[in-house]
Amino acid sequence: MSVDADISMREGRLVLEPAGDGALTLRFLGALDNTTVPFLWGEVERLGAETSGRRWVVDAGGITKMDGSGMALLLRVRCLGAGKGREVELRGISPGYRRLLERFDPAAYRTIERQDPCCQSLPEQVGRTVLQMWADFRIQVSFIGELAAAFGRAAMKPETVRWRDLWLAAERAGADALPIVALISGLVGLVLAFQAGMAMRPYGAEIYVANLVTIAMLRELGPLMTAILLSGRSGGAFAAEIGTMKVNEEVAALATMGLSPVAFLAVPRVVGLVLMVPLLTLFANVAGIAGGALMFLTLDYPFSTYFDQVLASAEIRHLMSGLVKSVAFAWTIAGVGCLRGLQTQRGPSAVGQSTTSAVVTSILLIVILDAILGTVFYFLQF
Amino acid sequence: MPAESDTLIRVESLTAGYGDRTILENVSFEVNRGEVFVILGTSGCGKTTLLRNIIGLELPLSGRVWIGGDDLVSADEEVLQRIQRRFGVMFQGGALFGSLTLLENVRLPLEEFTELNDEAIDWVARMKLQLVGLQGSEDRMPGELSGGMQKRAAIARAMALDPEILFLDEPSAGLDPVTSAGLDRLILDLSSILGVTFIVVTHELQSIYAIASRAIMLDREVRGILAMGTPAALRESPPHEKVRRFFHREAETEPVGPGGSGGSGNGRVRGGAS
Repeated sequence: MSVDADISMREGRLVLEPAGDGALTLRFLGALDNTTVPFLWGEVERLGAETSGRRWVVDAGGITKMDGSGMALLLRVRCLGAGKGREVELRGISPGYRRLLERFDPAAYRTIERQDPCCQSLPEQVGRTVLQMWADFRIQVSFIGELAAAFGRAAMKPETVRWRDLWLAAERAGADALPIVALISGLVGLVLAFQAGMAMRPYGAEIYVANLVTIAMLRELGPLMTAILLSGRSGGAFAAEIGTMKVNEEVAALATMGLSPVAFLAVPRVVGLVLMVPLLTLFANVAGIAGGALMFLTLDYPFSTYFDQVLASAEIRHLMSGLVKSVAFAWTIAGVGCLRGLQTQRGPSAVGQSTTSAVVTSILLIVILDAILGTVFYFLQF
Repeated sequence: MPAESDTLIRVESLTAGYGDRTILENVSFEVNRGEVFVILGTSGCGKTTLLRNIIGLELPLSGRVWIGGDDLVSADEEVLQRIQRRFGVMFQGGALFGSLTLLENVRLPLEEFTELNDEAIDWVARMKLQLVGLQGSEDRMPGELSGGMQKRAAIARAMALDPEILFLDEPSAGLDPVTSAGLDRLILDLSSILGVTFIVVTHELQSIYAIASRAIMLDREVRGILAMGTPAALRESPPHEKVRRFFHREAETEPVGPGGSGGSGNGRVRGGAS
């Protein structure tokens, strides 16, 4: 038995020759690089599991070319041999490679085991989520407190407020958002009028489409659409801006200068948004009602009829209840955006996570707030 | 140094800049196979710009960059990828993928470009990490590591596919002297044993003396190469006042007042980023 196995793949070969007194020679020939190692690796593994030679002689003299994967293979051979209590002798390797190989301790590599990502059981997941939510809730409460304190200080000393940042936030969140807010509200008004018109037509009540659109826009849809749009547009931006500052340790730099991040970063943004959202809501209302008018005209009523109906139904209490809501929404959007930004962990995916979380949380809170305020206004007959 | 000294990289009258701001003008040099070629200079002289142009991240305003017979400047996407497969790059900030552990960072190129099985990839990746002294940190995220550790992990990732050329942008800046010396040793070993060609941007004087076979010094005012040669020659017979100052760690201005005595200035040549 001169040649036990001859695995010939491309340019790399492993030749096995039994030597005297139970020793086995593993002769590597040709290239030992990442084109040949994929094939040789499995053979070496099999040898390690099966062959019971007392001694392995690894002959590296025939290797023409070797890279990192080749060295990994030689190291693996040494480990496999040593694993079964065999002696492993490495021959014929150039002094340079030997020096490089000696940097690696085969013993340290014996325990490479891929760990399966452990699955959490359902109770464990539920428990973890509840703990997480509780911790999150506590942070939110303390943030609200901190924000209130910062507002208190800002009200006492208005000159400490960063007015430039405030106007910038107002411009970005307000003026820049006007076209998209108007477009979306206009379309919502149009679709609303269309659907309502189709449903009311059999009863000959199309004329009340104007009332419906007006009240729905003023009380509900104007504030809600504006808030949802801005939570994506501005809330997400706040979280991303502050989150990036947090990751770059700019927030830490502020803190070490003795500046409170909440007062410095959150207050201008919150104030800016609280000023802008009601204004945008007004524009949204107008755009929605105008969209309804467009639909109404196709029902062959004169425009003046629509206009009269709108004026008759647009009571000041409808408008005010919508605006009160929009102020509450603005606080939510800006607060959640800033909070999530300041909560950002380290690492590059952290900013994305806090932005997502800011948008999702603020939309959720907006819808909940909307329901609560709607109920309260109903009982107050407002 | 290797017996064969054929040219591996040739930069021909390269002019580089951003927009209308020209940073380098008419820069030409050659790097031989197996050399450790050091690009040095004071902060802001265009070291990193030169590097980014050689590795094909920026398109030069004019000039050619030959890497092993292929012109990088006129290369189409396919050729560019083929050329880029021949080298590994370590970026100044590490540029590790933050959502992957160190081991996964090094595994990534191996998974994408070789047919090695999972276990073999693990072995190769762990060996690379050990080469840079990061054994035991395989499962940590880049964000949890110090700057020096991130740098070393980035070198391990650049070496993952055993490229013939390694570009290192300030490998030893911010490292402690012991680790830094270990890194120099590694660079020399890889270059002499595996014949890897290194292009290293650095301004650590000790590291330059230890590793460089040749160096070029760039300068902001010249907008190009101020001097070229072995580090010893540059130090002993500096062709220019600025070269002398660099190699002797002297400030550009004389010390002000009695407090700043001592002759050698501080800071100037050891600035963190270029």
